[in-house]
Amino acid sequence: MSLRIVVCVKYVPDATGDRHFAEDLTTARDAVDGLLSELDEYAVEQALQIAEAADDAEVTVLTMGPEDARDALRKALSMGADKAVHVEDDALHGSDVMGTSLVLARAIERTGYDLVVCGMASTDGTMGVLPAILAERLGVPQVTLLSEVAVAGGNVLGRWDGDTASERVEAQLPAVVSVTDQSGEARYPSFKGIMAAKKKPVESLELSDLGIDAGEVGLAGARTAVEEAAERPARSAGTIVKDEGEGGKQLAAFLAESKFI
Amino acid sequence: MGAVLVYVDQVDGAVRKPTLELLTLARRIGEPVAVHLGPGAEVAALVLAEHGAARVLAAEAPEFAEYLVVPKVDALEAAAKAMNPVAVLVPSSGEGKEIAARLAVRLGSGIITDAVDLEAGVDGPVATQSVFAASFTTKSRVTKGTPVITVKPNSATPEQAPAAGAVEPLTVAFGDAARGARVVSRSPRESTGRPELTEAAIVVSGGRGVGGAENFSVIERLADSLGAAVGASRAAVDAGWYPHSNQVGQTGKTVSPQLYVACGVSGAIQHRAGMQTSKTIVAVNKDPEAPIFDLVDYGVVGDLFEAVPQLTEEVKTRKN
Ligand SMILES: Cc1cc2nc3c(=O)[nH]c(=O)nc-3n(C[C@H](O)[C@H](O)[C@H](O)COP(=O)(O)OP(=O)(O)OC[C@H]3O[C@@H](n4cnc5c(N)ncnc54)[C@H](O)[C@@H]3O)c2cc1C
Repeated sequence: MSLRIVVCVKYVPDATGDRHFAEDLTTARDAVDGLLSELDEYAVEQALQIAEAADDAEVTVLTMGPEDARDALRKALSMGADKAVHVEDDALHGSDVMGTSLVLARAIERTGYDLVVCGMASTDGTMGVLPAILAERLGVPQVTLLSEVAVAGGNVLGRWDGDTASERVEAQLPAVVSVTDQSGEARYPSFKGIMAAKKKPVESLELSDLGIDAGEVGLAGARTAVEEAAERPARSAGTIVKDEGEGGKQLAAFLAESKFI
Repeated sequence: MGAVLVYVDQVDGAVRKPTLELLTLARRIGEPVAVHLGPGAEVAALVLAEHGAARVLAAEAPEFAEYLVVPKVDALEAAAKAMNPVAVLVPSSGEGKEIAARLAVRLGSGIITDAVDLEAGVDGPVATQSVFAASFTTKSRVTKGTPVITVKPNSATPEQAPAAGAVEPLTVAFGDAARGARVVSRSPRESTGRPELTEAAIVVSGGRGVGGAENFSVIERLADSLGAAVGASRAAVDAGWYPHSNQVGQTGKTVSPQLYVACGVSGAIQHRAGMQTSKTIVAVNKDPEAPIFDLVDYGVVGDLFEAVPQLTEEVKTRKN
C-alpha cells in the first residue's frame, strides 16, 4: 500500500518586508510579497525524503488561503510533491487557528493520509500549535518539533531536542509530525522540477466541499479577537563609537554608567 | 473570585521560574490554582503557595514522562472540569503551547499563545503579544469558551503572596490517545552552570562573526565575567559552533533581559524577533552598516576579537 503523506503549508507575507495589520486587525496581505513559509520548506523536504525512502508513496501539499496561496503550492510541487489541494473561500478571511485547523483537518481526511507533516510554526502567526490541534481533531498521535524524522514498519520515529534533554520518540501511523529548521536544508527546485510542477494536479476546494459552515470559520467563527495593534516605538538612537583601540573600555564605561557592572 | 488554573512547569518538584511569573499574573484575574503533574508535588507546593497558589491539584502517573503531551492534556482537562476556571495559563514552551492548544479544542475555547503581559478586562483577561518580529504590540482576548493563554518567560516579576496551597489529589482517567506517542529514550544534556537563557538578566550572544566553535570561548569569558547566559545566532548554530538550545530568534529562544550584548551578529529580522524587547542592547560589529546598530543603546564598530576581550578584562577589573 502506498504511503500517503499530506504536507500542510502556509503562504505568508515575506518577513523581511514591512509587515503590518489591515483595518480589521487581520494580517495585511497586500502590502508585502507573499511566499511559501520558509519553515514549511523543511516540512516539504522531510516529506519528500520519507517518500523517497518508501517503496511507494504519494506526497500531497495542502494549503488554505487566498488565490495567491497557489504560489506556495507551486513551489512545493516544483520541489517534488506529487499533487496539491487548495482550500479557498471568501468566508475564510480572518480565521484563527481553530478555524484553520478545522478546515485543514477536514481536507486531510478527504484526501486520505497515513502521515501529516507540518513545519514548526508559521513565520507570520508563529503560534506553532496547529500540528497539535490537527492531531487532536484527527484523533491520531502527534510527534512534533522533530530535528530528525523517519518512517519504518508502520511507525514514525524522530528526535526531539529540548533544553535539558534529547528524546527519541515514536508513534504508530497514522500520525501528525512537525519538523524544525534543524531537520536539514530544503532542496531548491530544479529547472525540471519547475517545468514538471506546471502539469501536476491542483485541486480546489470550497467550504461546502468540506461540509463546513461559514459561521465556523473566518472572523465570524474566530474564538479570539485582536482588539488593538500598535507599532512598537522605534528605539531611540544610541551612541555608536568606532574602535580606535579603546572600544572595549568605552563599552565597559557605558555598562558601568548603566549599573550593569 | 474565579479559579485560574496554572500549569506547573517543573523538574522533579523544582518549580521553574516562569510558573511563578504565571502565578503572579493569575492573581490579577482570579484565584490561582496550580496543577502539578508528576512526582514532587508536596515540595513544589511550598513555593507555589508562597507565590499565591490557593490550591495545588496534583496527579502522579508514569504516563506523564513516558508519553508526549496528551496525558498532560487529559489531566488539565480533568482539572478544568473540576474547577470550572475563568482562565487556564500555561508557560509558553514548545510542549506547553501544544498542551494548551489541545486543551482549548476539548474545551471549545479560543487560545492565545506567547502573551508577554496579562491584565483583567471587562470581558475577560486581555493578553499583550509581541508580533511580526516584535515590531508590533497587540492586545487580544479569547471570545469563546474558557480563555486558554500561554505566557512567555520573563513576562512578570514573581511576587510573594502567601496562600494556603494545600495539595489535593487530581483524578485523571487517560483517554485512548494518551499512550499514542512514546518516549523511547532520553539523553540528558550536561548543564553548563550558566544561567538559563530565557531567565537570565544578561545575555551575551555570538554570531557568524565569531568565526568558529573554539572562538566561542571569547563570548563565554565575557558572559562569565558578567554572570550572563550565552546566546548564538542561527548562523553560528547552523555552522555547528554552538548548540541549538542557545539560539536566539524566531526559531530559537525569545529573550528579554536587562542587557543584551550582540557580538558579530548582523541583526537579521529573525534574530531581532528573539531579542528586540531587551531593555538595553549593546553590540560589537565591524560593519558600521549592520542593522543591529539600529537597535543599540551603545555600539562599538570594530573587531570583536579586540573589543570583547578588552571589555572582559575591564569588567573584571571594575568588579574587583
Ligand atoms: C524562517 C527563518 C528563521 C530564522 N530563525 C533565526 C533565529 O531564530 N535566530 C537567528 O539568529 N537567525 C534566524 N534566521 C537567520 C537569519 O535570517 C540570519 O541569517 C542570521 O541571524 C544571521 O546570523 P549572524 O548575524 O550571526 O550572521 P551574519 O548575518 O552573517 O552576520 C555576521 C556579522 O558579524 C560581523 N562580523 C564578522 N566578523 C566580525 C569580527 N571579527 N568582529 C566583529 N564583527 C564581525 C559582520 O559584520 C556581520 O554583521 C532565520 C531565518 C529564517 C528564514
